[in-house]
Amino acid sequence: MASTLLDRVWDAHTVRTLPSGQTQLLIGLHLIHEVTSPQAFQALKELALPVRMPGRTFATLDHIIPTTAQQRPFADEVAEEMAVHLTRNSQQSGVSFFGLDSGRQGIVHVIGPELGLTQPGMTIACGDSHTATHGAVGAIAFGIGTSQVRDVLATQCLAMAKPKLRQVRVDGALSRGVYAKDVILAIIRALGVNGGVGYAYEYAGPVVDRMTMEERLTLCNMSIEGGARSGYVNPDQTTFDYLRGRPYAPQGAAFDRAVTWWKSMASDANATYDDVKRLDGSAIPPMVTWGINPGQSVGVGERIPAPESAPEPERATYREGLAHMGFEAGQPIAGARIDVVFIGSCTNSRISDLRVAAAVARGNRVAKGVRAIVVPGSQMVAKAAEAEGLHEVFREAGFEWRNAGCSMCLGMNDDKLRGREMSASTSNRNFIGRQGSPTGRTLLMSPAMAAAAALNGAVTDVREMLR
Amino acid sequence: MSDSARRQIAGRAIPIPGNDIDTDRIIPARFLKTVTNEGLGLHAFEDARKHDPEHPFNQKAYEGASVLVAGMNFGCGSSREHAPESLKQWGIKAIVGGSFAEIFFGNCTMLGIPCLSISQDDVLWLQRAVGRDPKQTVTVDVERQEVRAGDRVIRARVPDGARNQLVSGAWNATGVLLDAGDAIEATAGRLPYVKGF
Ligand code: SF4
Repeated sequence: MASTLLDRVWDAHTVRTLPSGQTQLLIGLHLIHEVTSPQAFQALKELALPVRMPGRTFATLDHIIPTTAQQRPFADEVAEEMAVHLTRNSQQSGVSFFGLDSGRQGIVHVIGPELGLTQPGMTIACGDSHTATHGAVGAIAFGIGTSQVRDVLATQCLAMAKPKLRQVRVDGALSRGVYAKDVILAIIRALGVNGGVGYAYEYAGPVVDRMTMEERLTLCNMSIEGGARSGYVNPDQTTFDYLRGRPYAPQGAAFDRAVTWWKSMASDANATYDDVKRLDGSAIPPMVTWGINPGQSVGVGERIPAPESAPEPERATYREGLAHMGFEAGQPIAGARIDVVFIGSCTNSRISDLRVAAAVARGNRVAKGVRAIVVPGSQMVAKAAEAEGLHEVFREAGFEWRNAGCSMCLGMNDDKLRGREMSASTSNRNFIGRQGSPTGRTLLMSPAMAAAAALNGAVTDVREMLR
Repeated sequence: MSDSARRQIAGRAIPIPGNDIDTDRIIPARFLKTVTNEGLGLHAFEDARKHDPEHPFNQKAYEGASVLVAGMNFGCGSSREHAPESLKQWGIKAIVGGSFAEIFFGNCTMLGIPCLSISQDDVLWLQRAVGRDPKQTVTVDVERQEVRAGDRVIRARVPDGARNQLVSGAWNATGVLLDAGDAIEATAGRLPYVKGF
């Protein structure tokens, strides 16, 4: 019978069926960071249990670290304490730790794939909701809470119900100036912020087939914003070419044997799905959010919709979004004034993202009064960007070039919005308060669009600048 | 019946109107800067409360409530377990809502907080009923999948897996997972990427 990648990965990792009816699922790769792990390690200590498979567990620092001065101890005492805890917990339990002096530190969802830790056919868990990112290589990856981090540390397993599977097909071809970020924002707009609850998403179709691995990472990253806990792309030649030579990928002849297994895990062409949704990729414009959840978006040429145009249950959230953002229904999104630009986060901080943003910024100047920062996703991304001179391009244009971390995606370090500042951000959440100010405002968009917003001090159709 | 079984929870209720209430709203990220769970209950809905003096978590009438009544997609966003933990410390023992984000639902279950889904009409009815009479007892019956308020019985839903865990008291999964013993290593040993390609 025809199977999907989800079926195959699920079967291969099933330890047993639990009395509750859920599956006891083995986790092949467990990634941890400083925010959601300390309480889990504490619980483990109280249970007098060791980390069951330290060799399959990897740790890094990303959420709280400063992106400016990084000498230890950090100026922020609590951040320092969290870093100390993670370092000590990793060392004591034999878990590999990518600290600031490793050259490999970075946002957990950036370093997993770039180090080749993330591989097709795996189950991957991390105490972070954007873990679906890793699905881009053909893994089943999901975000978990701290109690589940404890369970994976203690047992390398999770109690899970198998999700239903929806194929999301993107047909046609993207037009110039339209990127993976626009595709996922268009998908979330079409299917809703909770449309994916209970589902895993398999992204497919000609647009996805043609995407680079980094574009697929951006696509899968925001699965959770559409309610889907995991999302993946079947492994193909693009995947194998991306993984070859990465530090933790199989080497030499083992790599070729791995490719054979990876290929065997992909969905069959005649597999059936619980649901299939189609989007026309050719019709997707550069997207911008106008509201307070990632589904509240419009094409850059559109006007902000009126609450009355939304289905009844969504109208209250529309009104709340307009009120928080200070927008009027019917107002064009293009031209909305910007105070801050943030290029970074696990959605859009990889080398290709920085190249696109730098190409827009090159030879131009950030608009007066706009604070613009570029935060590479990892130390390896930073190094690659600096080798190409991208940091100089950004600096000359008036952007700040920072060290790797989550930064203004969630404002747990000093990188925060102040007061009601409006930010053009390449991150993944525009929730109220998300960027560190309870009254701050966030417009989500692609790196090209964010760079264009920085130069003009307002939301701008980047396609006009690419001509 | 073990102490941990969550068959039925009865108490006063507190409505949180609106849909898509995300975990950044339930507990802003700055309160995640901690290596323990201490004091999280004090910061539940902190920014929303500051912004809106009428926020239910500010109202004396709802003090001591143990059943939270929410709208659609409650708990969307970040996987931070600090969100349900803060509600739990505040006193919430069960949540009734239109629907729940999946990670949040799982986190609540892991903390022994049942989340029951009811229809949107029932959400609005229950929120209004509680608003009119905050003193009334709302009973959340996990086993029978119903919510009772006054003489009304509302049909509710909890997926089988979570319901079995909650009703039997096996919602803290560590022990159950450990019971698999060597089968864990055996499963791992069959995976080509663990054995080595
Ligand atoms: S960049 Fe943002 S979304 Fe990604 S892991 Fe860090 S905080 Fe989470």
